[in-house]
Amino acid sequence: MQPDISVKNLNKTYGGGFQALKNINLDIESGEIFALLGPNGAGKTTLISIICGIVNLSSGEVKAAGYDIIRDYRKARQSIGLVPQELNTDSFETVWDTVCFSRGLFGKPPSPAHIEQVLRDLSLWDKRSNRIMSLSGGMKRRVMIAKALSHEPQILFLDEPTAGVDVELRRDMWNMVRKLRENGVTIILTTHYIEEAEEMADRIGVIRDGEIILVEEKSTLMSKLGKKELRLHLQKPMEKLPGELLLEPVELSDDGYELIYSFDSQEEQDGVARLLRKLSELGIEYRDLQTRESSLEDIFVNLVHE
Amino acid sequence: MNLHGVSAIYKFEMARMRRTLMQSVASPVISTCLYFVVFGSAIGSRMGDIDNISYGAYIIPGLVMLSLLMQSISNASFGIYMPKFSGTIYEVLSAPVSYLEVVLGYVGAAATKSVILGIIILLTAKLFVNYDVLHPFWMFAFLVLTAITFSLFGFIIGIWADGFEKLQIVPLMIVTPLVFLGGTFYSIDMLPEAWQTVSLFNPVVYLISGFRWAFYGVSDVHVGISVGMTFFFLTSCMVGVWWIFKTGYRLRS
Repeated sequence: MQPDISVKNLNKTYGGGFQALKNINLDIESGEIFALLGPNGAGKTTLISIICGIVNLSSGEVKAAGYDIIRDYRKARQSIGLVPQELNTDSFETVWDTVCFSRGLFGKPPSPAHIEQVLRDLSLWDKRSNRIMSLSGGMKRRVMIAKALSHEPQILFLDEPTAGVDVELRRDMWNMVRKLRENGVTIILTTHYIEEAEEMADRIGVIRDGEIILVEEKSTLMSKLGKKELRLHLQKPMEKLPGELLLEPVELSDDGYELIYSFDSQEEQDGVARLLRKLSELGIEYRDLQTRESSLEDIFVNLVHE
Repeated sequence: MNLHGVSAIYKFEMARMRRTLMQSVASPVISTCLYFVVFGSAIGSRMGDIDNISYGAYIIPGLVMLSLLMQSISNASFGIYMPKFSGTIYEVLSAPVSYLEVVLGYVGAAATKSVILGIIILLTAKLFVNYDVLHPFWMFAFLVLTAITFSLFGFIIGIWADGFEKLQIVPLMIVTPLVFLGGTFYSIDMLPEAWQTVSLFNPVVYLISGFRWAFYGVSDVHVGISVGMTFFFLTSCMVGVWWIFKTGYRLRS
């Protein structure tokens, strides 16, 4: 099956000479949720903007739903819905009008039934006759999503969808994304909230300084790069690590009450047992212990700071 | 052709006109009426006829042209500037619409509004001044062509402008003087010869002259030249718009 989004050797240099994207190659499969992570200014929005037709590419080839975004721009764009990062909405139009406008703009005949469904799904139905300017920030965000879904796109881009959004809306949005995926919509989201990618995504791509530095299944990524940590709370504080422990990847906390042992979750698991045996041989007593698996956030921070 | 897209933009723009009825229709109609009252009825009654046409009737084509030009420019420039300003332009740029369709939607709506306005002003003028239209077809043709041309021009200004000041500067600083000096209130035959020559460099002279010919059969320049010049401006503006979309000027980086 062909990928829904196919990016080949994509470069983008802005007028001022700034190279925002460097030789990007990326395939996004039909029906998956793909999270694009990266620090500010890494090129996430530029990449999305090029695929959606808002920014011109400098070189390379991009296809959406199998159509070249330049030669077959109509078919390519018809298959895409975009929720941009900024809250760019009209002010004086009603919710209903602005969503109907979007559907028409994307070449679809009017369908009050579909628009009603979209508005109901996004809890906007009661607000359909309100002017957009009278809505709260969270409601405006919903309106932007409704506009993006108005023409029944096959691919949905969510650029920082939950930035500045309250917990309730974030939950609603995640539920909506899952529902869309069940209906076969491919979803690409960029986010700062690693929690979001961790919760939602099937695959994760990390972009840094205009380059894709990694694309991996989320589960593989987490197990491959995930670190585990064992913390031992000591009965008595230690001033420094005993010589026998210096060879192990063990650190002592500043107050001397904690021993922190980091290990790879992929490696053989006898490290913990060996450490505990050593501690009892040395007569070091502890009153509690806990292990923690590193989150995607830790992995991400490590990656972008390499 | 994405007809649904064209119609969406067109309807959206026309809805803006309905929402701002006072600003987009009432205020130009009122200000033009003031011209008719002051120059047509009050002062006009003491002025001699020009080309055997009463002064009140003589200035009608020029005044309609004045509103037509100003409103076409302001409708179209505002129509495309606002999405740029509010950021909603992203949607048009990412939509499956061609350049032609975008222009048809925005410029078509702006020109429609101007034509409607021009007709309202003409009807209102009937209340103040008695006039006839000798060549109704040509009158309407000039009305429509000028509305389209200057809506295209307004579209270019709206793309070019990066602030509200720039949006105002062309209509106020350039178009208004050109209209006032373009024979709205006088025949350029009444000017000293040197100024007559200077006036011929004013494009608005050709528009007003042609339009007045359609009303009364008299003109400062031959009507054929007026028609030719109108098409020349139309083509120039089309080339300008074509260039904007081809280069992505101020739209796509």
